[in-house]
Amino acid sequence: MDTYYHPPDLARFGEVGKDAPELWEKFSAWYDAVFAEGALTEREKALIALAVSHAVQCPYCIDAYTTASLEKGAAPDQMTEAVHVAAAIRGGAALVHGVQMRNRLDKLSM
Amino acid sequence: MSLPTLLNTRSPLAPPAAQRARLDALPLARTFREAAASAGHEPLRPVATTTLQINVGKRCNQVCRHCHVDAGPDRREVMPDEVVEACFALLAATDVPTVDITGGAPELHPRFRDMVARAAGLGRRVMDRCNLTILTLPAYEDLAEFLAEHRVEIVASLPSYAGAMTDRQRGDGVFEKSIEALQRLNALGYGAPGSGLELDLVTNPVGAFLPAGQAVLERDWKRELERRHGIRFNRLFTITNMPISRYLDWLEQSGNLQEYMDRLVRAFNPAAVDGLMCRHTLSVGWDGRLHDCDFNQMLDLAVEPSAPQTVMDLARGLPAPDGGPASPALALAALERRRIATGPHCFGCTAGAGSSCGGATTGP
Repeated sequence: MDTYYHPPDLARFGEVGKDAPELWEKFSAWYDAVFAEGALTEREKALIALAVSHAVQCPYCIDAYTTASLEKGAAPDQMTEAVHVAAAIRGGAALVHGVQMRNRLDKLSM
Repeated sequence: MSLPTLLNTRSPLAPPAAQRARLDALPLARTFREAAASAGHEPLRPVATTTLQINVGKRCNQVCRHCHVDAGPDRREVMPDEVVEACFALLAATDVPTVDITGGAPELHPRFRDMVARAAGLGRRVMDRCNLTILTLPAYEDLAEFLAEHRVEIVASLPSYAGAMTDRQRGDGVFEKSIEALQRLNALGYGAPGSGLELDLVTNPVGAFLPAGQAVLERDWKRELERRHGIRFNRLFTITNMPISRYLDWLEQSGNLQEYMDRLVRAFNPAAVDGLMCRHTLSVGWDGRLHDCDFNQMLDLAVEPSAPQTVMDLARGLPAPDGGPASPALALAALERRRIATGPHCFGCTAGAGSSCGGATTGP
């Protein structure tokens, strides 16, 4: 079945640099620096990336950062909690707009 | 949960030749020989032998899902006396400093204690690759004391400090018994600073991914095993799962084989080639045949045909060029000029930080 997302395409990510190699190199260098050990550990960064992958609903990123989290020593319960954090923020972000609804509701109501 | 061995279930992947054929049929980005050549190792050759790794047989009281030996209680391969004696003739005539005894569960071999005592008597560093649960079996209740008495370095398998993960890989109830065994070893002084009783742990990923950084994991493990169970140990070794035998079967059954092999190839680390275990460790099979490593042994890959083929050949020795008496040291030197046999599985030892029976081969 043809779909927009193909798991093997993840390994072809580098092909995006084909017609703009300098931009790709800059992106790659910056990306590598972002995920290197710093004030946060590599494991913490992998878990943040896993959570964000769910928030932005990127299937490639979910595959990549599930593997990366495991390979940085994260446990399944930690990974599951990270996904809940993303879900809670997404859910909360929807719900907090309820205040806007209330504002409009109050204005329109007698 | 007790799983059958591949041999017992007549799995098509039980024969080593079938495993080699399966691996060779995979389309990979490059061969291991090409990768090693890119790191300046064509051909791949050994350096001086520092470890004699003796695999005394395939019998084991456990049936772990990732076992590259396909070991289990139903296996009957046990190193005969003739081979044991040849190993010790070789050791007595050479200065190989480390004797690494493995299996199966090596302690099940009827001459295990004799071998330990003789190797220690020759002044060699002796390592026992221990599954821990063997120490809790009634027939082996004095084994821990014996190992301590002979200052044996224990290299013990424990994939995770979380019980569920360990049991998933090694069988139900294994974690609890392993903790009991570790506490018993600690009580004898194993893992205590300054005791000289070395207790190292080995962790393999529970699944189709590479191990995390060894130094980072060691800090986590020391903190968590101390906090949860009051257990101390010396070093943690991270080992990449090798696509051989039961782990190969699991990769195949779970649909992970191609992706895992691609991952190993992509993660090739040229810096890991220098420290490859096969370059300084000589592997002896239960039947006396020589192999470049325990993994090649399980794939039935012999050493180069022009080199001595068995430990009995080494023990008999080769004559000196000037016609002097036959010497095992000369035979070992001849063996050390061989070309190491490689295959797709070798990418398991060069991925990421590198992997060996002594853990990562690069980095801190």
